[in-house]
Order: sequence, then structure tokens, then C-alpha cells
Amino acid sequence: MPVISNVTCPVCGSLCDDIEVVVENNRVTKVKNACAMGEAKFLSYGTHRPRKPLIRKNGELVETTFTEAVKKSAQILADSAYPILYGWSNTSCEAIRVGIELAEEIGGVIDNTSTVCHGPSVLSIQDIGFATCTLGQIRHRADLVFYWGSNPWSAHPRHIERYTAFSQGRFQASVWGRYLSRLSAYRAKQRLLRAAKLFPWRQEVSTPSESGGQLPPTLFRKERKMIVVDVRKTRSADIADYFLQVEPNKDYELLQAFRVLIRDEELDVDKVAGVPVETLEEIADIMIASSFGVLFFGVGLTMSEGKLRNIDAALSLTRDLNTRTKFVIMPMRGHFNVTGANIVSTWQTGFPYAVDFSRGYPRYNPGETSVVDILSRDESDAGLIVASDPVAHFPQQAVQNLVKNPLIVVDPETTATSLMADVVFPSAVVGIETEGTAYRMDMVPLPMKKLVEPPKNCHTDEELLQRILRQTRRTKKRRKK
Amino acid sequence: MPKLKVSLLTGRTLRQGKGKEQGKLSELYWKSVATCEIDPTDLKTLGVKENTNVKITTDYGSVVVKAVKSLRAPHPGAVFVPYGPWASIIVNPKTHGTGMPSFKGITAEIEPAPTETVLKLPELLKQQYKKE
Repeated sequence: MPVISNVTCPVCGSLCDDIEVVVENNRVTKVKNACAMGEAKFLSYGTHRPRKPLIRKNGELVETTFTEAVKKSAQILADSAYPILYGWSNTSCEAIRVGIELAEEIGGVIDNTSTVCHGPSVLSIQDIGFATCTLGQIRHRADLVFYWGSNPWSAHPRHIERYTAFSQGRFQASVWGRYLSRLSAYRAKQRLLRAAKLFPWRQEVSTPSESGGQLPPTLFRKERKMIVVDVRKTRSADIADYFLQVEPNKDYELLQAFRVLIRDEELDVDKVAGVPVETLEEIADIMIASSFGVLFFGVGLTMSEGKLRNIDAALSLTRDLNTRTKFVIMPMRGHFNVTGANIVSTWQTGFPYAVDFSRGYPRYNPGETSVVDILSRDESDAGLIVASDPVAHFPQQAVQNLVKNPLIVVDPETTATSLMADVVFPSAVVGIETEGTAYRMDMVPLPMKKLVEPPKNCHTDEELLQRILRQTRRTKKRRKK
Repeated sequence: MPKLKVSLLTGRTLRQGKGKEQGKLSELYWKSVATCEIDPTDLKTLGVKENTNVKITTDYGSVVVKAVKSLRAPHPGAVFVPYGPWASIIVNPKTHGTGMPSFKGITAEIEPAPTETVLKLPELLKQQYKKE
């Protein structure tokens, strides 16, 4: 049985590169070290993938030849005046580079999924600046870990284990044991509560609200600590040393309050965002007392009210904390190569996302040249979606305007978008059926491995885009004549 | 029928992550994203039991999903729908000039809909975005 080790997982931005897989008969049959999402991808990729390219005829998607599908796509793109090229975060940097060349050729807008994810973070980083480091540094040195508006237990399942609280660093030990003892205490408490329910006259037994309560003694110890700030008690909050519950859409106030407190200034209110000021003061002291703190923030900040202004506050807080101690900040990037999409776009065009080539040169103005805004204003007249599913994740009005125009989809899976497309190319899965480069959330590039051969009619994203690009050039030349 | 004004949150769950990797047409994906996690006290106010269908309405649309009791309680007044085509129908498309729609903290109204069905993905797409 051929075992392949050190495989990089093509699911989330943590890009775990310690996966072991067993390949039998050109199929991955066993996976070791991966999380539930990673395992599901390695074992079930391509289950619903069409065997041949599809083309819409009389309202139905029917199988067609590869040449025919490329010709039809080239026609759509050559005929369009303002096409959008969207997706890119689930493919390799090499494919993204070809995508940008195609966008320039046809005068379209190329945008990646960070536009509906960490786009505001990018905007804010451009304004404020960014004190960050690699995940390796955090693993070995960080003694205070914040997850703000982020639920790594569900979205980046191995993040805590590989890089923060539960990782065994060189200078910081894992606090896994502490979590286990807390878990058994919690279970005992649950059992007691269940037992109390058997006696109806003792119904007043209730658990006190977590937020605003007394801080646990573990927060004042020297060893590693983890604090989760969120609007609801997520799974990650369960395993944290402390959970700070913020009222929805009040993150900005809370972050600014911390900025005031770490400057040793006073707040003239009793509560900020639903949290008593005394609690905030104690946490601010813990921040200052840490020797290496890190703030990981998720889309809980970028998607709620305030958007990029929330990130402004978080970045400024980190900057301010560096006058007292060492503190770094990092966005929890979602898809495995969304960071790569930003990086390739930046070194090719100068801008990380929402790049408009309609004037012949790259232009960047999120809010105007970002895909959701273009679709909401109903300005585009065709779409090319690569390795993404905007029909499932864009707001309704944007989707309506996306699907009413000709739509080309390149994806290894059948998705909501491919079901609505006019041309569908089944492609090879990056990191399983083809190799490529991807960037981890801390901007470290990692190689993706090819484990199995792709099916006969499945080409790589890079190859497919090259073919579409060449054919589009030919079609445009013919039209000029 | 009782109605309840709530704050709608959308986000990721591990089950949704697993479901999307098994395939958007898989049963697991449908079961994991066409749901709404509601606080037990809110379920009581609505007079619905777990696994009853509920209709969520916002200024931008309405959708029928299955109500499940939240394991993350207490969070009365807030409901959670995992990311997916069902949630996207009811989110706020306004980007406030940033490119980013508002996916969290949306004002919504929730009501029991025991007679309506939770649509599967192809039916939902047909109903919402019919392609000629």
C-alpha cells in the first residue's frame, strides 16, 4: 500500500502539511492526521463531478466535447463588454496567474473570494499597517491567544492544535491537559444539573452567565492562555480559558475600549458592548502582562456592522499594545489559497482583489469594482467562475444578476453555481489530482502534492484557462478581421 | 401563528464544512445548512418543537428551513443559519461601499411553517433563480 506523507491539505487557510494518505487503485482510501473537513475532501472529492464538459442547450445542461466547450466559452468572453472573473481561492497560484492574464485580455474584472471574506481586512491593513509574524513563531512563543469573531474549532479545526493553545511549542507548553480537566469538571456539573432536575423543588439551579463573571485563575498564570471573543458561545469558546460575550455589532466599541484601557485611561461608563468595565480592565492588564500576545480575528469582525472600521480598531489595538509588550495580529483566512489569490493578484496587478481591467490598465476601488457591487448594480454581462460557488454564498439580488447572463464554471465539483451555468468544465482537484502552490494564512507558500491521476476528461484549472485564453485571443482576432 | 423578531447570524459549522466537501448535492450538506439554530426559550415562545420547519423573513427575502435546538445556548433573540444557498436568500446585500455584504446581525422575523417544505438545492435554485 503506497503511503504518501507530508501531504498539504487543500481545505482551509491553516494548510496543514502533515497529512498522511493511503492510495489504492488511484483513489485515496485512508487519511491520517486530517480534520473532519480534510478527511471528507480526501475521501469524497469529485463524487458529484460531471464526467464530461457540459453546455446548456434548450434550458438543459448536456454533455459536450472539450473543444466545443472551449469554443463556446471563448465566444461568451469575446462578446462580453464587462465580464467578471471570480473565485480563485480554491485553486493554485499558477492557475490564478493565467486568470489574471485572461482578465486583462478581455477587459474584465477579476475578483477573489476575499471580497466577501477578509476584503475589509485587506482595506484596513492598507490604511493602518499590520504587525504580524508566521504561525511557527506563534506556536513556539505566544503566551496569550485571542480568537475574536472567529470559531477555529468549526472553521479551522486543527488551528488550535497545530499553532496555538494545544500545540507543544519550544518555549510554550500545550495546555491540552488543562482543557481535559476543565472538560471533566464540566461533565460532572452537567450530571449534577441532570440529577437536580429529578427533584422538581430544586428547579432554581441555574448556571450563571459567563460574560462579566469573575476571571478564572488560569488567566493570571504564566503559561499559555486562550480567550475567545464572540457574539455567541461557540465551540471554540467552550475550550477557551475565558469567553467574552460581546453584543452583536458592538465589536468596534469593545476594541476601542481596550485601546483606552491599555493607555491607562479611564472609561466613564459601567459597561461596554454588554461587558462590565471592571472585566475589561482586568483583561487589558492580562494583555499588557503577556510577553507575546496574538489576536486572530475572523469574519465576525469583517461581516458585521462597521466592517473595515472594526479591523481598523483591531489593528490599532495591536499597534498600541506594542508600546507595552509584544503583540501580533492575523486574519483567519478561510479557503486554502485565498491568501495566494491576494498575493498573486498583488504581484501581477498591484492590487489584492477587485481589479478592473475595463480601461486596459488595472484599477482598484472596492465598493465599485468589487463583484457583489457590480452584480448588485447589474453592470456585468458575463461571468467566469473558477473553483468557487457564488450562487450559494452571494446575496440573492447579486445571484439573480449573475445567473441571468452567460456563465462559465470551472470546478471539480457540482455546485449551486455549476447547476446554473451555461458552460461547465469539470477540473482536477488541486492538492489531490494535480500539484500547485498555495499560501497559508501567514503568507507562507507551501507546495500542494499530486496524489492520484485525474479522470480522463478532467484537466487542471491552469491548463483549462490557458486553452480558454488562447481560444479567446483567436476569436477576438477573427472578429477584428 | 406566533412571530418572533430576532437577530440573524450566519456562519460556519464543522458539519457544514464536512457537508460541502462531500458535495453540494449530498444529503449531509442539505441537512447541515438548511437549518436554523434557535435558543430553547425562543423555540418555546414560537411554540415549535425541534425539527419543525420555520420560515425566516428579512427585508431581502424569506426561506423555509428546519428549526434545531441550539447547543450554543443561551442566546435568546439570536438565531444562527449556517452559510449556504438557504442563508444567502435572506442576508443583507448592502456592502456600504466595501464590497462586503452584511452576513451577520441582520434583523429578521421567524415564524412556524409546519405545512411548508424545506426545498432541496436544485428545487431551491429553480424557485429563486430560474435559468431560461
